[in-house]
Amino acid sequence: MTPAAAGSVSGASVVARGWGWRHAGRRRWAVDGLDLRIEPGERVLLLGASGAGKSTLLHALAGVLGGEEEGEQRGHLLVNGAEPTAERGQAGLLLQDPDSQVILARVGDDVAFGCENLGVPRDEIWRRVTDALRMVGLNLPLGHPTSALSGGQKQRLALAGVLAMRPGLLLLDEPTANLDPEGVLEVRESVARVLENSEATFIVIEHRVAVWQSLVNRVIVLDAAGGVLADGHPDDVLTSQGERLAAAGVWVPGRGSGLVAAGRRTSSGTTPLLRTPGLAIARTKAEIIARDLELDVLAGTALALTGPNGAGKSTLALTLAGLLKPAGGAVLASPEFADGADPEPIRWRSRQLLSRIGTVFQDPEHQFVAATVRAELAVGPRALKRPEAAVTARVDEVLQRLRLDHLAEANPFTLSGGEKRRLSVGTVLATQPQLLVLDEPTFGQDLRTWREIVVLLDELLREGTAVVAVSHDADFVAAVFDREFRLAGRTGAAAPLITSGVVPR
Amino acid sequence: MSLIAPPRGDRAIFRINPVAKLASALLLAGVLILTIDWVSAAVALACEFVLVFWAGLSLKSFVLRTLPVWIAAPTAGLTTLLYGQPAGAVYWAFGLVNVTEGSLELAIATTLRILAIGLPSVVLFVTVDPTDLADGLAQVVKLPARFVLGGLAGLRLVGLFLGDWRALELARRARGIADGGAGRRLLSQAFALLVLSIRRGSKLATAMEARGFGAPVQRTWARESTFRGREVALIGIGLAVALLAVGVSVALGSWNFVLT
Amino acid sequence: MHATSTLLTPATSRQPRSYRWRVVDIVIASVIGVASGLIFVVWNQAYNPLSGLLTPLLPGLQALLGGGWLFAGVLGGLIIRKPGAAIYTELLAAVVSTLVGGTAWGATILVSGLVQGLGAELVFALFIYANYRVYVALLAGAGAGLALAVNDLLLWYPGSAAPFIAVYTVSAIVSGIVVAGLLSWLAMRGLARTGALSRFAAGRSSRTRV
Ligand SMILES: Nc1ncnc2c1ncn2[C@@H]1O[C@H](COP(=O)(O)OP(=O)(O)OP(=O)(O)O)[C@@H](O)[C@H]1O
Ligand SMILES: Nc1ncnc2c1ncn2[C@@H]1O[C@H](COP(=O)(O)OP(=O)(O)OP(=O)(O)O)[C@@H](O)[C@H]1O
Ligand SMILES: [Mg+2]
Ligand SMILES: [Mg+2]
Repeated sequence: MTPAAAGSVSGASVVARGWGWRHAGRRRWAVDGLDLRIEPGERVLLLGASGAGKSTLLHALAGVLGGEEEGEQRGHLLVNGAEPTAERGQAGLLLQDPDSQVILARVGDDVAFGCENLGVPRDEIWRRVTDALRMVGLNLPLGHPTSALSGGQKQRLALAGVLAMRPGLLLLDEPTANLDPEGVLEVRESVARVLENSEATFIVIEHRVAVWQSLVNRVIVLDAAGGVLADGHPDDVLTSQGERLAAAGVWVPGRGSGLVAAGRRTSSGTTPLLRTPGLAIARTKAEIIARDLELDVLAGTALALTGPNGAGKSTLALTLAGLLKPAGGAVLASPEFADGADPEPIRWRSRQLLSRIGTVFQDPEHQFVAATVRAELAVGPRALKRPEAAVTARVDEVLQRLRLDHLAEANPFTLSGGEKRRLSVGTVLATQPQLLVLDEPTFGQDLRTWREIVVLLDELLREGTAVVAVSHDADFVAAVFDREFRLAGRTGAAAPLITSGVVPR
Repeated sequence: MSLIAPPRGDRAIFRINPVAKLASALLLAGVLILTIDWVSAAVALACEFVLVFWAGLSLKSFVLRTLPVWIAAPTAGLTTLLYGQPAGAVYWAFGLVNVTEGSLELAIATTLRILAIGLPSVVLFVTVDPTDLADGLAQVVKLPARFVLGGLAGLRLVGLFLGDWRALELARRARGIADGGAGRRLLSQAFALLVLSIRRGSKLATAMEARGFGAPVQRTWARESTFRGREVALIGIGLAVALLAVGVSVALGSWNFVLT
Repeated sequence: MHATSTLLTPATSRQPRSYRWRVVDIVIASVIGVASGLIFVVWNQAYNPLSGLLTPLLPGLQALLGGGWLFAGVLGGLIIRKPGAAIYTELLAAVVSTLVGGTAWGATILVSGLVQGLGAELVFALFIYANYRVYVALLAGAGAGLALAVNDLLLWYPGSAAPFIAVYTVSAIVSGIVVAGLLSWLAMRGLARTGALSRFAAGRSSRTRV
């Protein structure tokens, strides 16, 4: 009987000896000189700056980095003493991007997929499927179509699929991506429940240490320059080396963001850019997500859109940005803002939009249109017909501030999760529009980049740019925003709750 | 078959293993293709109408789905009428056009044959859920699971085309590159869609491997794809219709083997 | 700090090529096949009126439209570069076009798909799956075109007169070369430029490290 079929699993050991990996087409090694030993049953939180190679390491442990065609390896990496590719199935990996992990068309089939591949007997499969779905709190019929899931539900589904495999090595890459704060706790609880009854070795990547601190007994911090920066019990590492880690971009609990208060913005915030009389929003004509949304966007002020998963934050943001048609009411630009264009942004031409409203989408990949990072950043300024010298100067500046300069010639789609997010933020910064609409701009960012984004936005706000951002990140909302608009979601009261007020910084 | 939501119903036809549907459609087509005469096609067509009625497809969806067949059949017939091999009395000749007794007969046969081959395929395939088809192909026909499941996953990705198309539309507008001629925009966005789905596919492949896909283990199946009486019966019906058509045609002496 | 990491190895260094399909090969071949199948569905609708225009000009000329059903195999072969890729994508495209659109040609489409895929496949095999230059793409298109002609003439236009057969065959081959061969090759190159094919040999032939 395979261990997977036995029900209770013994944990897998991990050994790295001088291990390194370089992706095909890259000059730098994503991971290098890694020496590491993880004993069976250890619970590890893997930290490190964005681009330090965390996801690469997890992929390698799951045996899915690919062969020689996809990159080159040096040193040794062993799971249970063997090459991970030979041990595939030992490890269950939850990828960083939940959207690309839905494999089959029905919920039940999707969760069963991993078990089938491991040769689990049929009756056992369905037992595990129902178990896993219950553990992650996904109460849907097995035949439910996977195409009709919200972002949060997809994340749970993917987690259930991995848990059902009962892997000896459970690998989670930012498992709470895109979840609202309650969702984060729920997922954490379900993982805790699984770990209670299992001997599995557990490795989780997350930038925010606080979520997982209580569940892990070891913290490993990867150094972007290769090797390990710190390794040990969470409390020891985080207290004794907190300073160093914070400098390397790790969110150390209790240390705050380390932002030096730059003094309050004297946000004059009186020139309105947008008004939304009686606005109703929808994705499709058939279904209105929220109605009677009255808000105004003022120059030089920051407005946060918050609320639970599926409440319609992204829909509202896209509607404000002149990309989705209001289902009712209107989005109206002030005459100064419209500057000769139609009062309704939805009627603006693509190029008119560019100099006025810059939008960052929740899924950065939808936005990428060029083959290199540099070209990507230049798309906007070029469309505005800026002089070539100005384009180059602006692109270089953005590259540097978002710490993407070493990746200038890389393909946008090969970037790490955090790097993609930074690039998508960079694309709107490059055109310097008067209004920025950002959908979760700080998700998956390490502390350094987070700080840089906060500082950048603060500067822009002082110059009179308006910012509207969707965010689940309470620190971010507190650090940047003047007002918060909370969407209650469809289960709550019909009208969204408005909490507006200046958040002290 | 719909990529997004396969139609469901309570008639037996919806529950029959898709492999049997495929087999019987292929069988019927395989036999009818051997001959070109109006008798065999007409007999098959008559039987099929009875069966279509039994399948319980609503008239609207029947007409909608089979519309291409109704258009294509007479068009092909017309081509044959005008340019088919001349034989017998000449009714009309003009340049290459040569309408003769022989070509008229061929044209009628061609039209009926296309209907007889096309209609049952459409009706049988409309009720196929891709997941069940994949189950059947892998378990009953024993095609390699890696390919069947890879194909199924690819199929599902394409089911996301519509949503991706809309998202791309918005994103390109936001990036300032959506002005300009509709034709060019359409083409470049279609290309972008292909690029996006290839990217998605690459990532999906990783996700599948992360769940042990392609692991050196004998794979099991969560759902058994059964092949029982119902399925055998459907193939039997297909065979019976084919034999009847051939029998009548041979008996009436109108069997006309294609290769002669 | 890592002296070796700055050493540039030529990105085109030829490793011994593996003929085994990776999972990503299968999934991407499927994506190409299914996407092509959707284009087939559109093409099926356009075929009737267009062939109605061409046929009166010169019977058999309608085979010029055949390329619209031939590119799937050539494109798949050019991108995946593994044995069977052309057959697999062309066949899958055919299956999808019947399943989704419902076509007049019914289940026989599967046979057409198989035969046409084989036409392209044989050409790639002739070059032992190691040469994917533009002329090979054109030849593969021609192969698919020839296969289309043979298949159609046997199945759909049996008993045709000799001039028709000649016109049909030549038109099919021309269409195969231009639409299936040249356009597929251009599409492959365009896709490679975007970096979407970074996991494939097709996307790596001319890249430097960054
Ligand atoms: N498929 C790929 N091709 C080329 N380079 C890649 C690829 N995937 C990742 N990289 C590069 O390897 C480096 C490490 O990436 P990785 O995804 O492991 O980072 P990470 O630590 O997970 O970062 P994040 O916190 O932002 O997710 C990055 O510089 C990234 O650009
Ligand atoms: N492309 C789409 N087409 C149709 N419906 C959609 C689409 N995207 C989202 N929806 C639906 O619209 C509703 C609102 O979605 P939206 O993306 O605006 O939520 P959100 O508040 O941004 O959620 P999250 O925090 O998960 O990003 C959800 O119920 C979702 O299922
Ligand atoms: Mg990562
Ligand atoms: Mg959202």
